[in-house]
Amino acid sequence: MLYRSLFPRDLFAELDRLQRELTRGLDWSPSIRGLARGFPAMNVGNTPRSVEVYAFVPGVDPASLEVQIEKGVLTIAGERKAEAVPENAAVHIDERFAGRFRRVLTLPDDIDPNAVTARCRDGVLHVSVARKEAAQARRITVQ
Amino acid sequence: MTDKTQVAEPRRDEATLLPPVDVIEDANGITLYADLPGVSKDKLRLQVEGETLSIEGELALDMPEGMEAIHAEVELPRYRRAFTLSKELDTEKVSAEFNHGVLRLRIPKVEHAQPRRIQVQVL
Repeated sequence: MLYRSLFPRDLFAELDRLQRELTRGLDWSPSIRGLARGFPAMNVGNTPRSVEVYAFVPGVDPASLEVQIEKGVLTIAGERKAEAVPENAAVHIDERFAGRFRRVLTLPDDIDPNAVTARCRDGVLHVSVARKEAAQARRITVQ
Repeated sequence: MTDKTQVAEPRRDEATLLPPVDVIEDANGITLYADLPGVSKDKLRLQVEGETLSIEGELALDMPEGMEAIHAEVELPRYRRAFTLSKELDTEKVSAEFNHGVLRLRIPKVEHAQPRRIQVQVL
């Protein structure tokens, strides 16, 4: 193992992802939203009870973030202002994103749009969307 | 400058994330901004050793138990980046602020390196 992973992986999910990426690369039918990698970077995880979305939004005031769920689509939008450059200053490296951003993610069908929590800590927005009760696996007692 | 030693020393060959930075120089010093989302204040480590400034941070996310990743763009648990400073920078007077995952470092220039207008003599 070359490195530890931040996000839990599962071998089958990895194979599935690999296959999807191969298909996208070979068959020219990419996702309609493109192979978006931009600002903010996003991680998405699944649990039996919820969908967990992490958006990496450093330097964005949490109060200015727009988080919306409409028709099963989660949108995260906002703006990050460029740092002020004093007069007669030289910008040697300029890699950080600045400007307006918007990222859109299709959520699974079984989510409950009324049971959403959004928290922001250390520049990471964490949106947790619960799944509908009915969709959760229930243990059935055999009589 | 704070040196927080509670962050475990990483192995040299460990793969890390490269945080994006902005570096702006004015007459009195250099300001560096680095994006380190997911790093809490106590997991950030700044160090000046000789002429090398290194920035390291460990990421942590609140993940519910049993979560499976379905899509990941940030996959490694650590950021690392190093810069070589030059001798006119005063490493004794570096100040740092860390807010909402953005580090702002100010490295002033040593007194004698501060600007002086040089008179051009016309012969």
